[in-house]
Amino acid sequence: MSILVFVEDWNGAYKKASFEAVAYAKSWATMNGNRVIAVTNTSAPAGELAGYGADHIIQIGLGSTAMGIAGQLKELSAEVSGIVIAGTSLGRSLAPALSALTGGALSTNTISLPLSVSPLQVKRGAFSSKGIETIELNNDMPIVSFVPNSIGLEPVAGEGNLERREVSSNDALEVLSTEVASGKVALPEAEAVVSAGRGLKGPENWGMIEELADVLGAATACSKPVSDIGWRPHSEHVGQTGIQVNPNLYIAIGISGAIQHLAGVSASKTIVVVNTDPEAPFFKAADYGIVGDAFEVVPKLVNALRAFKAAS
Amino acid sequence: MDLLCTHSNLGANHNPTMNILVCISHVPDTTAKINFTADGTALDPAGVQFVINPYDEFGLTKALHVKEAQGGTITVINVGPATTEPTLRKALAIGADKAVRIDATPMDAITVAKELKNHISANSYDLIICGQESIDYNGQQVPAMLAALLEQPFANACVGLSLDNGTATATSEIDGGHATYKASLPMVIGGKKGLVEEKDLRIPNMRGIMSARTKPLEVVPATEGEGPTKPVSFEKPAGKAAVKMVDAENVDELVRLLHEEAKAI
Repeated sequence: MSILVFVEDWNGAYKKASFEAVAYAKSWATMNGNRVIAVTNTSAPAGELAGYGADHIIQIGLGSTAMGIAGQLKELSAEVSGIVIAGTSLGRSLAPALSALTGGALSTNTISLPLSVSPLQVKRGAFSSKGIETIELNNDMPIVSFVPNSIGLEPVAGEGNLERREVSSNDALEVLSTEVASGKVALPEAEAVVSAGRGLKGPENWGMIEELADVLGAATACSKPVSDIGWRPHSEHVGQTGIQVNPNLYIAIGISGAIQHLAGVSASKTIVVVNTDPEAPFFKAADYGIVGDAFEVVPKLVNALRAFKAAS
Repeated sequence: MDLLCTHSNLGANHNPTMNILVCISHVPDTTAKINFTADGTALDPAGVQFVINPYDEFGLTKALHVKEAQGGTITVINVGPATTEPTLRKALAIGADKAVRIDATPMDAITVAKELKNHISANSYDLIICGQESIDYNGQQVPAMLAALLEQPFANACVGLSLDNGTATATSEIDGGHATYKASLPMVIGGKKGLVEEKDLRIPNMRGIMSARTKPLEVVPATEGEGPTKPVSFEKPAGKAAVKMVDAENVDELVRLLHEEAKAI
């Protein structure tokens, strides 16, 4: 039997979450003596997947929608005892659709490797990061969708066999267009995020935020009030009704830390808060804090980080 | 037959009246303190205020906009025990026409999706709007499962929806950008902020609250058995260590800590 892993690409390049998915499948497969079958697009480079544990790689012409791909994966899942899907925007539609089509028990928002394999138990985030649930998936084809950047990458030595298959895809949903900002770090996948709030006083002051993000290779984000008043686009709003992120480093500048904001960022590994108000609730959720004026602290931080990068 | 009554003015204009289903989750308020029962197997509801799931509020207001533009009926539905009825009444007070509660205490999303599918198959809806996720179990599972079970088109993380003569154009957030989709109705939407703007969200007024008391709330028996997943235990996340404060004049120290201690840079 095998663990099947769906490997997502964007215009022929893999996302980091895709390698994490293969590594997840490898860890799971190792626990119960299974092989890893990676399913990927014909246009993507298959060779890179073996380095994370793919034993067998099936390239198909992937459909353009979650429902279309779910139907294709169902076709390929006959001899499979488990499925792994990264919780990207595509994966968050694909995993439940596949679960409904195959009857495979599903855990989404998963934040751990399997605690046990028979029956499968994993941990998942619940109650907007205020709780952690241990869930048991009681059937013969459990499906795990994990939060990107919550597991980590484990390169392994290996060679995968490559196979091309024809699997047709059907979906009544027609894709009219897709628009993805190029040249910028996409917020949901960013390893570092620099986020700012009303403390910045106006949209004209975001230059230093972008500069700080640039030094760190970070994505920029904002609080809800800032997107509501139109200083920054809605696509940058992180928090409960916006985008939820869990980067290695989250720097919040001039954000007080309302509970709705914390719900979207508290899974970040390291949180730095800069705020003029020492009583800002965000400090309670932070690892490091600076009480100070963003207009003084941020330029200094940019310089200090530049010096650090130059020296290392 | 339903086709006749929902599409009765098809010849009169290009926007037929719409029979809309809005799926409503009954969830702890965002600001609620979350505690678990002593044995750790369930949420402890003591002292928790329950509300309409915030993601569903955008869908409900969108349904009201559609109804106001082209006429129709809005049904709100919840799969849950009798304790969820105040949340359905609130949705009626906001402007839904009728409510359905499927009487079950579901343990997983697939059971909810199957119960919803059974109801939808017996009643024809032109548009089914769910919130993309509920803020209790954060699964983002029910909408896509429902669409797959119904074999209907699905747009998740939907931040824009326009309807024209039985065809929907939906804009969805994707990682780093947006996608625009087209589909024939009926379809399933997983909605979020943007479907309508937050400032446009409706809240119940006194007239709505009064009329909600007499609007129909139908209780339907459950048809599905137990699903394949079960919660084993719940715990609270490990508390953060106390924040380390760094002097604003000494950002070099922050850089050192981020590098040496947090290993974040």
